[in-house]
Amino acid sequence: MQKLFTLKYLNNKFVAYLIAAAFLTIAVLLGISIGTVSVPVIDIIKIIGAEIFRMAPNENIDPMYTNIVLNIRLPRVILAGLVGASLAIAGAAFQGLLRNPLADPYTLGVSSGASVGAVLTLFFSISIPVAGMFTLPLFSILFAFITIFLVLIFARQIDRSMKVETIILTGIIFSSFLGSLISLMIALTGEELRQIIGWLLGSVSMRGWAYIKIIFPFFIIGSLLLLINSRELNAMSFGEERAQHIGVNVQKRKMTILIAGSILTGAAVAVSGTIGFVGLVIPHLTRLLWGPDHRHLLPLSILTGGGFLILADLVARTIISPTELPIGVITALIGAPIFGLILMNRRKERRG
Amino acid sequence: MLSVQQLTGGYSGDSVLKNISFELEQGELFGILGPNGSGKTTLLKMLSGILPFSKGTILLKGIPIKEYTAKELAKVVAVLPQHTSQSFSYTVKETVSLGRYAHQKGWFQTWSGDDEKMVRQVMEQTGVAHFEDHPIHELSGGERQRVYLAQALAQEPEILLLDEPTNHLDLSFQKELLDLLKEWTKVRGLTVISIFHDLNLAGLYCDRLLLLENGEININHTPNEVLREERIREVYQTKIQKHPHPIVPAPQMVLLPEEISEEKESLTIDDSLLEVSKEYIALKCPVPLRTMSSGVVGSGTGWHQFFVNRHVDKDYDCSDHRKEMVNYLKSHHFEPGETVGMMTAVYPEDVSYQLYQADGFSAFIVVTAGVGNAIDAARSEEHTFNKIPGTINTWVFVNGELSEEAFIQSIMTATEAKAKAMHDLEVKDAATGTIATGTSTDSILIAAIQKGQRQDYAGTITPLGKLIGKGVYECTLNAIQKSRKRIKK
Repeated sequence: MQKLFTLKYLNNKFVAYLIAAAFLTIAVLLGISIGTVSVPVIDIIKIIGAEIFRMAPNENIDPMYTNIVLNIRLPRVILAGLVGASLAIAGAAFQGLLRNPLADPYTLGVSSGASVGAVLTLFFSISIPVAGMFTLPLFSILFAFITIFLVLIFARQIDRSMKVETIILTGIIFSSFLGSLISLMIALTGEELRQIIGWLLGSVSMRGWAYIKIIFPFFIIGSLLLLINSRELNAMSFGEERAQHIGVNVQKRKMTILIAGSILTGAAVAVSGTIGFVGLVIPHLTRLLWGPDHRHLLPLSILTGGGFLILADLVARTIISPTELPIGVITALIGAPIFGLILMNRRKERRG
Repeated sequence: MLSVQQLTGGYSGDSVLKNISFELEQGELFGILGPNGSGKTTLLKMLSGILPFSKGTILLKGIPIKEYTAKELAKVVAVLPQHTSQSFSYTVKETVSLGRYAHQKGWFQTWSGDDEKMVRQVMEQTGVAHFEDHPIHELSGGERQRVYLAQALAQEPEILLLDEPTNHLDLSFQKELLDLLKEWTKVRGLTVISIFHDLNLAGLYCDRLLLLENGEININHTPNEVLREERIREVYQTKIQKHPHPIVPAPQMVLLPEEISEEKESLTIDDSLLEVSKEYIALKCPVPLRTMSSGVVGSGTGWHQFFVNRHVDKDYDCSDHRKEMVNYLKSHHFEPGETVGMMTAVYPEDVSYQLYQADGFSAFIVVTAGVGNAIDAARSEEHTFNKIPGTINTWVFVNGELSEEAFIQSIMTATEAKAKAMHDLEVKDAATGTIATGTSTDSILIAAIQKGQRQDYAGTITPLGKLIGKGVYECTLNAIQKSRKRIKK
């Protein structure tokens, strides 16, 4: 009886959203509050409230707090949240489309592809006049898209049935190749290596509001595209033929989903470098908790993914303070073992 | 409903199917047969719009299939695949609900009351409603297949395509599924097109069958016409024999295995296998024989290894003599399923038997005869029914191969010979005073080893008929005389 109750309780979608939203809110507050100077949560709420409602600054609050919150911590937290959310929903979509819980932008090599685009733009200072500050994300997105297509074509050449392992292996091959390409470019430009490697491992520090403006429109477009395709994703997780039998226009929908995934990944990589495993771990845990229905999986992944990356960033900058770890180190430390666990479980299932 | 004209095509330019044309009416259960690689699945994929074809047309309700959008097509045609991958554990209801995809409108595809009602209804009909909240990967193969059937039916299709729907199902599920489909074709006019591997299931349920051979239509006709021995043997390149279903008028095919055992070759049934005791006469054969008989146990046609003619007292009376006989056989270590058992009041010592040789084959005849009940068949209506086992039991073992006709003709010939023996001994019907033709409880057994020379006929002037006529006549004569002697004593 007790078990049945917990099951019902967890299945209740409303509760699921409540929990996920609470998790995100707590993550945001902690992310802003904790640091070398700690800001009380009450003050944070007051500061942000004042800013939103354009009220006069509260006399009781230290102006230094206001400065820290509005100019340093808040943009950092929002950026981390947007990057986490983008990667998580993109991962959930890739997993559904490829019927593969091990797929994510990182393991598929899409992140690396986006990095190549970003590095090209950054180190050769390319700028498309019309696009302006959006040149960077546009290039990342373009390269992300090209990469996912090459990976899928390559995987199909090896194995028509596109087995899980084949796709992952192809992704890893592409990742290594593209990674080396990036190293080569960096070596040729002669920049300082440490800084660049820091960027490659991913970071959301010292980016300011400008980067939020860069990622935000892409986050909205990509997420919307995926959300309106959530039923199609449900159908396609039964196989493309099955989806077509049910009435899904598979070719069109698949393309839309791949483009949306690339937009989200490309934009995230453009602003924060390659942060691995968020797109793998978050959809997986969300699915475990609340089921595989993409109509709920996608929005829930946005909430939990955002919260997760904010916390990961918090750990990255506080754990060996004052030195900051790249955020990708933290996500990989958590993500890689979980990747291994999923792989082991799948193997066991197949044998059983 | 569906019209396929000169359909040609396949994978990557290769023509798997050539010039396929057929028409389908609403409410038909249409089976597609063919050996592996004959293009069955390719045809089904083209009909479901998954695979493009190079030439020809498929008209669905008069409109070319290529003009349908994926959604429109899904409202007309639903598919139950042989196998569906499930990577994530959706619940049964979530899975079935996906079938409503094509019926939902708008960007956010709101779930309407109609959708809910339909999903509920198909879950009830397929018997999956009681586990609607279970994840599908926890279900058995049969249950899963029913969930996908519910999903397909939730599409409210007019045509249902199935690819070997019974493949992973055990016997009872196979029957359940096909009964369900048959009912739907009758009651709701659903048109069903299904690939079958099992010719017998196809013959049992389908209204019409399409036999494919190397991508071309071999025949498109009724099951009885399609499932012809020679045709199936030729298309499937295997030994097969057709025989009728025991209950319904549907053709059934059985495989003929290649003979491994050589034991039968040297086997001759004669008195060395016969055992005569006070209680019974038994013949124990090392291999099963093809039999046609009217015994108490093991009657009809079949394969039997043991033959028992049991002596019972003249006053033997039992409400369930069949059951009693089975128990008797068991207690004497005869497996009832492999035994033809008869009863007689005649003493086993009075049996008469002899092996009759002919060129290339032989017949071993065993007769016990008691004529206490002798009856003139032509005037049998003057008798009241009684079950006194004063009986003539005739066994004919043929060391050769018999056709079905030969079995029946053997019975006729043996009966005629028996009647003649009665006539020559002037056995009279006590009630009418005329010459009797047999007794009221006579039994006969024809058994053949089905090896060696084949005998197609056993009429009275065929080689086998001659042997049986002579043998049964002589043995019956002899047996009647023996039992008469005993009575006189």
